Amino acid sequence: MDGMRENEIIDGHTHDHDAHEGSLHADDHSGSHQEDSAVHEHSLDLTVLRAKLREKSGKQYWRTLEELADDPRFEDLLHREFPRQASEWDETVDRRNFLKLAAASLAFAGISGCRQPDELIVPYVKQPDGMILGKPQFYATAMPFGADAVGLLVESREGRPTHIAGNPDHPSSLGGTDVITQASVLNLYDPDRSQTVSYLGEIRTWSDFLKAAEARVAKAKTQGGAGFRILTGTVTSPSLAAQIGNVLKQIPAAKWHQWEPAGSDGAREGSKLAFGRYVNTVYRPDKADVILSLDSDFLASGPGHIGYMNAFYRRRKLSGPSDTMNRLYVVEPTPSVTGSSADHRLPLRSSEIEQFARGLAALVGLGGSGTLSPLAQKWLDAVASDLTKHRGTSIVIAGEFQSPEVHALAHAINTALGNVGTTLYYTEPVEANPVNQLESFTELCADMDAGKVDTLLIFGSNPVYDAPHNFDFTSKLKKVESAVLLSSHFDETAEYCQWHIAESHFLETWGDARAFDGTVSVIQPLIAPLYHTHSAFEVLAAFTDKPGQTAYDLVRERLKTLAGSTDPEKFWRKSLNDGVIANSAYAPISVAVKFSPASLPPAKTPPAGQLEFLFRPDANVHDGRYANNGWLQELARPVTKLTWDNAALVSPRLAEKLQLTQRAAARGGEHGQIVTNVIDMSISNSKVTAAAWILPGQADDVVVLPLGYGRKRAGFTGSNKGYSAYVVRTSTALWSVMAGTDAIKKTGDEYPLACTQYHFNMEGRKILSTGTLAEYRKNPEFAKEGDETPPKEMSLYKEFAYPGYAWGMAIDLNSCNGCNACVIACQSENNIPVVGKDQVMRGREMHWIRIDRYYAKLNTETGDPGATDYDALDNPQTYFQPVPCQQCENAPCEQVCPVGATVHSAEGLNDMVYNRCVGTRYCSNNCPYKVRRFNFLRFQDWETPSLKLLRNPEVTVRSRGVMEKCTYCVQRINNARIEAEKQNRPIKDGEIVTACESACPAKAIVFGNANDPSSRVAKLKAQTRNYPILGELNTRPRTTYLAAVRNPNPELEKA
Amino acid sequence: MAQIFHRSTNFISRFSLFSAVFLIGLGLVGVLGLARSPYSTNQDVTRAQPVQFSHKHHVGDDGLDCRYCHTSVETSAVAGIPPTKTCMNCHSVLYADSAYLEPIRESYRTDKSIPWVKVHRLPDFVYFNHSIHVNKGVGCSTCHGSINQMPLVFQASPLLMEWCLGCHRNPEQALRPLDQVFNMDWKTPANQAEIGKQFAAERKIRTTEELTSCSTCHR
Repeated sequence: MDGMRENEIIDGHTHDHDAHEGSLHADDHSGSHQEDSAVHEHSLDLTVLRAKLREKSGKQYWRTLEELADDPRFEDLLHREFPRQASEWDETVDRRNFLKLAAASLAFAGISGCRQPDELIVPYVKQPDGMILGKPQFYATAMPFGADAVGLLVESREGRPTHIAGNPDHPSSLGGTDVITQASVLNLYDPDRSQTVSYLGEIRTWSDFLKAAEARVAKAKTQGGAGFRILTGTVTSPSLAAQIGNVLKQIPAAKWHQWEPAGSDGAREGSKLAFGRYVNTVYRPDKADVILSLDSDFLASGPGHIGYMNAFYRRRKLSGPSDTMNRLYVVEPTPSVTGSSADHRLPLRSSEIEQFARGLAALVGLGGSGTLSPLAQKWLDAVASDLTKHRGTSIVIAGEFQSPEVHALAHAINTALGNVGTTLYYTEPVEANPVNQLESFTELCADMDAGKVDTLLIFGSNPVYDAPHNFDFTSKLKKVESAVLLSSHFDETAEYCQWHIAESHFLETWGDARAFDGTVSVIQPLIAPLYHTHSAFEVLAAFTDKPGQTAYDLVRERLKTLAGSTDPEKFWRKSLNDGVIANSAYAPISVAVKFSPASLPPAKTPPAGQLEFLFRPDANVHDGRYANNGWLQELARPVTKLTWDNAALVSPRLAEKLQLTQRAAARGGEHGQIVTNVIDMSISNSKVTAAAWILPGQADDVVVLPLGYGRKRAGFTGSNKGYSAYVVRTSTALWSVMAGTDAIKKTGDEYPLACTQYHFNMEGRKILSTGTLAEYRKNPEFAKEGDETPPKEMSLYKEFAYPGYAWGMAIDLNSCNGCNACVIACQSENNIPVVGKDQVMRGREMHWIRIDRYYAKLNTETGDPGATDYDALDNPQTYFQPVPCQQCENAPCEQVCPVGATVHSAEGLNDMVYNRCVGTRYCSNNCPYKVRRFNFLRFQDWETPSLKLLRNPEVTVRSRGVMEKCTYCVQRINNARIEAEKQNRPIKDGEIVTACESACPAKAIVFGNANDPSSRVAKLKAQTRNYPILGELNTRPRTTYLAAVRNPNPELEKA
Repeated sequence: MAQIFHRSTNFISRFSLFSAVFLIGLGLVGVLGLARSPYSTNQDVTRAQPVQFSHKHHVGDDGLDCRYCHTSVETSAVAGIPPTKTCMNCHSVLYADSAYLEPIRESYRTDKSIPWVKVHRLPDFVYFNHSIHVNKGVGCSTCHGSINQMPLVFQASPLLMEWCLGCHRNPEQALRPLDQVFNMDWKTPANQAEIGKQFAAERKIRTTEELTSCSTCHR
């Protein structure tokens, strides 16, 4: 009894310690209701908030809805030194058991003694050519993704791929990456990967499969191939298409279907509508002065987005007030990464985008007309006049998920504006076999239902999970006599397929892939398959008369034909070395618009008062295929800052109507756990339950359902997270569906979401500096206004002299759109662990670089807020600020460490010495930037063998009780210095590239020697836009920021 | 009232106090000594290896250069343990039938590595780089001792952090002419202080402050 009582006292709040993983059932999170009642009542009142925003004038920034509401209880939560329960024992082991374990550990510690066991060195028997032990090797390869392929340089450590960087010579990368390519190396080492061939769930050998395949082909041949079907995603690989062709050649009645749940039929069909045939559009944002995005997130998703980001921000780099920059208009229903960089952004329902495009077509003289609200019309007028002023130097980009009509209108407008050939050009489609995928998939499903399909090969698709729900794909799949699935995991579809072949990762196999502009790259493996896995080439070969043919043979064969007059062997080596096949990019073609906007049938006007539900691929896990990637799960989504879950994103006005709220829960203080309302949504004869998330900037009456969650068989990390939006997605409404307001019902339940947005509030100080181009020209020093950095002599501490290098970093906020590539690059380079949703809800995520998102009132609103329908809550300006360790010259952390675990280096780094750290956390408490991360638990997985292969051997793997933080990639600094010193020369500018700098597609981060006035970083720091954050504390941070400058249209400014 | 304690108690109490202090001091010295002793550092401890490879024979008697086997010592962080192939370069002809060498031949036949026991072992949080030391003129024998005299290799230096810092604080003492780095019989000349200074200046050896920054070795 005594023991029990004690447990209750110590353990009083543990009832919900593990309640938050998993589904949205009310009983799963009942615990979180029982938090402090004072906070419980503290929910968000959007009406009050709106009134407050109207009162405020001038530039205002806010990061969370609560902060804006100025709620005293939220302030209280912030000012509490320790969040409630932060210091309380909250783990499964109670004190008594802990003491027992501690005593036992101590006793056993004596037995094992102080001497370490011997360690073995296992050298090669025959060392591979060109390998120098201890030195990384870099190989060029490419990651195929949808209708694009991203060129990569992969770092290999003694044969293990450990880190991915972009290939500067590849047009889809230009040196940058995005989160998905960056995190793909973790997919290789995913311990949940499928490892063998299996038949009806039993392990089989590859030769068993070959025999079965032979029998299937023999059978198919008797019917000419009728009943034999192949289902793939979008294929851009010429060799894979050729291999599919080889299969179809011998059984001509067989068919190849394609289905990509987040593919873009709109773009394909739009080009057909405009030009009468499928063409591919390549944009050149670097040539454009004015860009209009019609719901296109071209900087963050879709073919070519990494290269586009590079090109777009090249036009936003300012070296002085006389420089010019481009102007971006974005019309979109839900805030996107691209929208956050917009100079003008108009929230508009997805169904109204077509009206907008029609209106624009009319204004550029193409005829037709569009009906818009007065505000949108005024906006459109200004955009149209700006575009017509920039004939030949503007682009209109239609969104991937918009209708064919919008795409066709964009083509017509671009042609009318004379942009074709300058800011964009057309090429042959990059897809090997462009088809209307929905039609293709519908045909397959109908044939399966009619019993016409007896053999179905599925490559890298997961239709049981992601097919439109009205297809009822599962029951149709059951009618197929023999289904063969090639997939990386034993997923939802594998359950219903007879054969499951474990798929090789792209780092384990040969192949090729075409990028968005037609450039072909050879995909070369960095490692032999870790398990008994196979590639699509090998599986297809099993169905041809050459079952042993490998991808290597096929790709090499193909390259021989491309070599032309050059020596094929040389050509092959050069293609592998460069990562691109020379001159393989498509040449521009000229196509004529055979379409008149006036001839379009009248657009369906969405009925008033209806809600619009949108389906969008998730920014991190995409259509669900990356659900088991812990890095991507834990990475805060760029705009919502949500981790580990998807939510139903609702507009603030709709939230008001439905009385939806959210609140920062007591647990973890202002960190992490946000409790939201659960809503039921009845759409398209189906129902889904989700947590609601209020998203400022979303168009009225729009609800966004991110795809990719609610997986049942993703693996340990990805299964049963969030909800699946596919269960309400139908083939007639792939991207948006209208429903009455009664489609949403509050269930009365609440659900905790892990959100990093509420973390580390910087409290109204001058953290972010922004201005307009006009302001910048009038006052180049605007960023420094209010900066109260004291004179150098003001410090009590001894000044350090930096006679040698002084490492520094400059981050251009004008080029940052919060895409997160740097965060994952850092995680991969520095062995940063994943902590899980429960720990993120306690504010314990470990990312060394965080990206703060700030909202600001639109400048247009300051004049007369009553004049428009939109106020700051409905359409805020969004800014992003990456915050790594600032490497202060007067570092507050260094002064308080009792054990000297964080000390100043001679080059100005705040060195973190893990082996000295005893975990007092004083440094973190004293850090004004809150950039230190503490290993509260042993977050690293030290047991799983495959994850050991992933680690960067240059960086210590930290254990429990140790503080860690950004080191400016000191391992890279040291390696570069050693190389330079061996040659007795100074380190060259640009020789050291930090992981974040290397990943950034926009080149917003620049690292170098601030002591060298000719270095890139010193030049940026010398700009007037340069400012430190919290300079008044005299910390003298080495990381400084360049103020963001927007380029608004004066015509819209006046409004 | 008679005194409860005899006068001798004064001595006993003083003696106990002093000896307690002395014993604690002795204990501390003992613990620190133990940490620096070969028991803890493994200095001078010879390990059994899968093959009784003699550096004395190969280096001392036959005169092989260090870099014949440790190929990456000038270019990489690690000197490199040679692959079995390197052994077989000679031993496919020399002593081709020796029973001693059967593990080598077996490794070569079966493509299985020889599991050598690591002799010089640094903690995981220390990042030592061979190439920079060798390139700046720190000789092999400075740290590894007279390898050419060792039938089985043992660790000649304690490899404690204070031992590392000994040189990093005063690198001049360890610098040799660059052509003498691999000379196992190099003797520190009498004018080391003088030539050391000259070498340090020529080779742009970093300042003590830079060489003793934590991130030079820990990261």
